[in-house]
Amino acid sequence: MRPLTEEETRVMFEKIAKYIGENLQLLVDQPDGTYCFHLHNDRVYYVSEKIMKLAANISGDKLVSLGSCFGKVTKTHKFWLHVTALDYLAPYAKYKVWIKPGAEQSFLCGNHVLKCGLGRTTENTSQYQSVVVYSMADIPLHFGVAAKSTQDCRFQVWWHMAVVLVTWEAEAGEWLEPGKQRLQ
Amino acid sequence: MGRKLDPTKKEKRGPGRKARKQKGAETELARFLPAVSDENSKRLSSRARKRAAKRRLGSAEVRKTNKSPEAKPLPGKLPKGIFAGAVQTAGKKGPQSLFNAAQGKKRPAPSSDEEEEEEDSGEDDVVNQGDLWGSEDDADMVDDYGADSNSEDEEEGEEAGVQWLDLGSLQPSPSGFKQFSCLSFLSSWDLQLLPIERAARKQKVREAAAGVQWSEEETEDEEEEVTPESGPSKEEEADGGLQINVDEEPFVLPPAGEMEQDILAPDLQRVHKRIQDIVGILRDFGAQREEGRSRSEYLNRLKKDLATYYSYGDFLLGKLMDLFPLSELVEFLEANEVPRPVTLRTNTLKTRRRDLAQALINRGVNLDPLGKWSKTGLVVYDSSVPIGATPEYLAGHYMLQGASSMLPVMALAPQEHERILDMCCAPGGKTSYMAQLMKNTGVILANDANAERLKSVVGNLHRLGVTNTVISHYDGRQFPKVVGGFDRVLLDAPCSGTGVISKDPAVKTNKDEKDILRCAHLQKELLLSAIDSVNATSKTGGYLVYCTCSIMVEENEWVVDYALKKRNVRLVPTGLDFGQEGFTRFRERRFHPSLRSARRFYPHTHNMDGFFIAKFKKFSNSIPQSETGDSETATPTNVDLPQVIPKSENSSQPAKKAKGAAKTKQQLQKQQHPKKASFQKPNGTSKGADSELSTVPSVRKTQASSRFQDSSQPAGKAEGIRESEVTGKLKQRSPKLQSSKKVAFLKQNAPPKGTDTETLAVLSPAKTQATLKPKDHHHPLGRAKGVEKQQLPEQPFKKAAFQKQNDTPKGFQPPTVSPISSSRPPPAKRKKSQSRGNGQLLLS
Repeated sequence: MRPLTEEETRVMFEKIAKYIGENLQLLVDQPDGTYCFHLHNDRVYYVSEKIMKLAANISGDKLVSLGSCFGKVTKTHKFWLHVTALDYLAPYAKYKVWIKPGAEQSFLCGNHVLKCGLGRTTENTSQYQSVVVYSMADIPLHFGVAAKSTQDCRFQVWWHMAVVLVTWEAEAGEWLEPGKQRLQ
Repeated sequence: MGRKLDPTKKEKRGPGRKARKQKGAETELARFLPAVSDENSKRLSSRARKRAAKRRLGSAEVRKTNKSPEAKPLPGKLPKGIFAGAVQTAGKKGPQSLFNAAQGKKRPAPSSDEEEEEEDSGEDDVVNQGDLWGSEDDADMVDDYGADSNSEDEEEGEEAGVQWLDLGSLQPSPSGFKQFSCLSFLSSWDLQLLPIERAARKQKVREAAAGVQWSEEETEDEEEEVTPESGPSKEEEADGGLQINVDEEPFVLPPAGEMEQDILAPDLQRVHKRIQDIVGILRDFGAQREEGRSRSEYLNRLKKDLATYYSYGDFLLGKLMDLFPLSELVEFLEANEVPRPVTLRTNTLKTRRRDLAQALINRGVNLDPLGKWSKTGLVVYDSSVPIGATPEYLAGHYMLQGASSMLPVMALAPQEHERILDMCCAPGGKTSYMAQLMKNTGVILANDANAERLKSVVGNLHRLGVTNTVISHYDGRQFPKVVGGFDRVLLDAPCSGTGVISKDPAVKTNKDEKDILRCAHLQKELLLSAIDSVNATSKTGGYLVYCTCSIMVEENEWVVDYALKKRNVRLVPTGLDFGQEGFTRFRERRFHPSLRSARRFYPHTHNMDGFFIAKFKKFSNSIPQSETGDSETATPTNVDLPQVIPKSENSSQPAKKAKGAAKTKQQLQKQQHPKKASFQKPNGTSKGADSELSTVPSVRKTQASSRFQDSSQPAGKAEGIRESEVTGKLKQRSPKLQSSKKVAFLKQNAPPKGTDTETLAVLSPAKTQATLKPKDHHHPLGRAKGVEKQQLPEQPFKKAAFQKQNDTPKGFQPPTVSPISSSRPPPAKRKKSQSRGNGQLLLS
């Protein structure tokens, strides 16, 4: 377990900023105590100081997880966001997409959202913008990428079967087997 | 479930009602019954009603007196006297289940029906609940959903009861009915199995379960009151039963040859019938038995039949027969054949029960609140979607969790901003419940020894949005070394799983004495570690909850009793208002009286997995030093772990050994309390030890060796050593905990491996004291166990003799104040604990 290096911090914040933009500042400055990012087993964990102190007693090979996992740093120094970060990012998300109840299950199982499954979107979503996907009941479901801009969705009605959203970088099914995904 | 008689025909509102309920029997019943004036009166005008009331004044009054007071009260304004605590459950279930029985139902559909009854009885005693679970419900979580439907249901139950009583007065009823209406089922131990009797028995059992809070006197009183009334009718019934039996022909035990044949090709129908017959006979053995047959013959037959019919192994069945009275045993076995209802717990970190219930109902799930004791539980009757894969589940809005698994956490009652340890956490259900009670504040250290299972912990905790946990992968026994000083600790110890046979039927046959004792041994180690990890000086906590999903006494009361002797802890009430009390005596064993406050849960009485929960309060961080540790070889509580043991001469001669220990003890006592020693002997304590030992001769182990291996080295230092010990021997006892200072001291003084006690005894008193321990601590790896064992009983002798020479009557306390004494309790206390330890040593 160690703090992030400069490089790791940069790629992580870049990724997160895609979703929450300048709200990143708010995320880092939590009102209740200090929070920090720590790396353990290539995973980035977001933990409060207090929990850190306790976790410091536990030797590295025995520590499995702490706080909440934000994502992992790949061997090629890319950052993959994990769905566990959703609870932290969703409140600050700038671009959102709501999907209809019928499409929820299919989306959670790793499929894309089609036009017919789209409830509504934030205005001005551009193409390939990173978005947070909500159910119509405002439950944040997952991260995604808008395959079309809001404009396209609105005017090109003919385009019915095309993909609107992509689940995040092939992490489809993460909900279903979360433990495996996040530990391996 | 049968159709219910509900004369008021109230349309149910709330989730799940419409799908579940069918039209009550009252639709047909109306044809048979004279119209009850109460119902008609609703349609009359107010004046007409008044007139009618006047007309009927006389008769109405008579009826009112007939009605028991419990029949009428409205849900909101229940008089406390009637509905206090669990009595209310019993009281209310009475009419309801009787009513079921009256409709000729043989056996309640185990899962749903009992659930429903539970929830029927789940009248929210609002005040009470608020007090009890205050920690759990915050203002916004006040769940009117549960309360509403509960009270409605309750009303229904009430009215059904009332109606039934009314019917009773209108129609001539058979004697059995009368009997029930006057509450005499308590004494209905009659034989043959009219359905109504069966219902009565069930009723009684349930009552016994619910009647935890009935003070014993109360119960007795009632029985006394009741018996005279019920006497005659009981006899009648018995006669009736006999008559029936005589018609059929009395039951005779089949000859041995037939039994053999039975084993080869059992006819289950016949076996079942025979079980019933034998249980009936055993209940009234004097009158019903066949001449010349002994009770044990019947019992043996019954045991074989039960084993055949329910396919249990002999060992487990024998244990269960020890545990339950016969009628209850059959019910227990029956209950193990059916699965428990699916329950789920709302994740209040993300949603509210009301919202969740609504969302699930919209998905076609049929559910109800779990019971009045839970603010977050829901029970699922059936579902059109996979309940473990709904979007709500994936979004972490609920967790599938057995009802009984919520209880330990409730007992633990974690507070916000505390440091909590969950020692064996997989798969994370209880951990997440704790986190949700703590509202994600404080820290939870979730530990489990199994790396595979930890994956599911990570998955669950992340899914449920629990962020205050650190998940670690230690052997729980290492615990105070890794981190200590927790405010609360939950120890859900690994166990034989005899409480969850319905989940894993393999337990029926694959457990034997060894397994149970092995579990018990591990549990004792874990429990001591857990206790040592608690910080007694914590402002808010200092509590520990020990629970297992086993119902064996060896894994529960025995373990708890052991911990009570070994550490500065006491048992406190769990805060759960139902469940049966723990045993204070079981067969030849006697446990600490405070075990009464532990709770047992059974599948057949509570319709949840079998469970045992005990809550400790640690009142001092110091650890009682057991100077008598050496002679503890003889303590049966230390007798465990059969597999590792090389059979030394010692273990083959338990009686002799015990004698030696007893002798040792006497000597010690002479030293300390010359008078007491002679007094205690006639008390039969030593006898007790012998007999106890003789019960477990094959498995008696000298624990001493393992015990001494385990050291209380300071955390950092000892890590390596400890681990090697653990892996190598698997016998690590939880530490005898001295302060680290002391250990350091001891270490310095530690003699080289081969040093003998005798040589040590010549040293100064302070050193003797010290060296005895270092020896224990530091030779474990290299040394032959047999040798050690032989030496162990001798040590006290030598010590004692030595002290005698020195004329130090309080020989166990070194006169010089070495670092040792700083970590010890004051002399008086020590002495006390020591003598206590001695007494228990022989008693237990």
